Amino acid sequence: MSEISSPARSFASALAKIGPALITICSLVAAWELYAQVSGISATTLPAPTRVFAQMVQHRDALAANTLPTIRATLLGFACSVSAAFLFSVLVDFFRPLRRALFPVFIISQTLPLVAIAPLIVLWFGFGLTPKIMLVALVTFFPMLVALVQGYAATDEDLEALLVSMGASRWRTFLMARLPSALPYFFAGLRIAITYAVVGAIFAEYAGAAKGLGIYILNAKNNFRPDLVLASVLVSATLTLVLFTAAVMVQHVSMPWQRLDQRRRP
Amino acid sequence: MSGNRLELRHLRKSFGGLDVLADISLTVQAGEFVSILGPSGAGKSTIFKVLTGSVQPDGGAIMFDGDPLTKEKRPFAFMPQRDALMPWRRIIDNATLGLEVQGVTRKVARTRVAPIFAEFGLEGFERHYPAQLSGGMRQRAALLRTVVQHRDMLLLDEPFGALDALTRAGMQRWLQSMWERHRWTVLLVTHDVREAVFLSDRIYVLTGRPARVQTEITVPLPHPRIDLATPEASAVEASLLQILLNPDQRS
Repeated sequence: MSEISSPARSFASALAKIGPALITICSLVAAWELYAQVSGISATTLPAPTRVFAQMVQHRDALAANTLPTIRATLLGFACSVSAAFLFSVLVDFFRPLRRALFPVFIISQTLPLVAIAPLIVLWFGFGLTPKIMLVALVTFFPMLVALVQGYAATDEDLEALLVSMGASRWRTFLMARLPSALPYFFAGLRIAITYAVVGAIFAEYAGAAKGLGIYILNAKNNFRPDLVLASVLVSATLTLVLFTAAVMVQHVSMPWQRLDQRRRP
Repeated sequence: MSGNRLELRHLRKSFGGLDVLADISLTVQAGEFVSILGPSGAGKSTIFKVLTGSVQPDGGAIMFDGDPLTKEKRPFAFMPQRDALMPWRRIIDNATLGLEVQGVTRKVARTRVAPIFAEFGLEGFERHYPAQLSGGMRQRAALLRTVVQHRDMLLLDEPFGALDALTRAGMQRWLQSMWERHRWTVLLVTHDVREAVFLSDRIYVLTGRPARVQTEITVPLPHPRIDLATPEASAVEASLLQILLNPDQRS
């Protein structure tokens, strides 16, 4: 019989899990610092990590002012995308022929090069929030939809036969069996898609925006400030990691039974 | 003898040209424990799928209490192979599943199933998740979920197939004692000869696919059956094995 472990123990095990990754990252940064110092390479070509960090602190106000719109675009776009993916996943689950009608279109949407599409969407919808939301949705909608549809398909057949024998309607079977069965798939999709979402938002801003990390990166690049470009990269990577962690935590809280499953099969 | 609770007449079913059920006729009386014994893949589970309405038969008739079975009438409580407990529901909420589908609110359903937990040896495990329970306990929880629906008849589909031999023997004894007390009307599907002999009043032996009823035997052993080491029990078991292993020599 497994017990719910204390938060302290799970923190220690989390640290043990990310320890090796931390060591790798620290070694890479140290090697980069060493190379930048020893080789005497110009800071406008390859700034040392210490310089990137110093510049990040110095420009923190500008960075913060440009990060907020990116966060807003990411979260709004992702919320729209997940809602739409859920809606379509239910439609496709209930009306199977719809799947054949819609999926080819969605798959084609994933083949479009962002470099070409982003400027067009900005051209059509302006510099406001709308084109960013659309681009974030474009890159995250399909992965979320596929995750949900796969999750429904993974429902235990015995469970559905059981509900049918009890006289459950199709909708009830969906709510009681198919939807909960899809949760692990949904969260797996969520974790991946949230990282796409940040990249999508920055790309949309890069193609044209008044404010945002994307346009900040473009300006820094045009002003020959690779240190500020890298500072923005650091900010966006942090943002992605924070969102990823948030997704993991939501999964942890909303699926308490899965923690037990994992403990049973270490 | 009282009237038949359940009667199947010449049930037929094929899936895309593959004949699964060729000719199944059987009866179950009220309070009787009847087993369907047959080789794996013979279509035993298909009979239950037809009864529970997830598969439509190609021919034949299903009578319950003398009337044809309709979709509205749901006289069966079904226990699928493996336990089919929902991993995301606590044991008590798995137990209430059937009542919830019937439209009982979760709160009312919980108060209704809670008193039965002790009888099923699950007292104190109401708030546990299925993953926290042993295989035997999970099967008891699945049976609890089945009987609380208060249907006229139980359909048990190889309920102990996934358990280890020792747990299985324990569960068979437990099920028998539960049946002695409640006298449910039970139709059990199994490929375990000993299990069928130990639990049943009557046994229908099926052929391999396409399934027909090969033999029907009455188990001449008095209840309660403590063990199967008696010569009578061994004789029944041996003759059943003989039929199953030599399907050409019809008795």
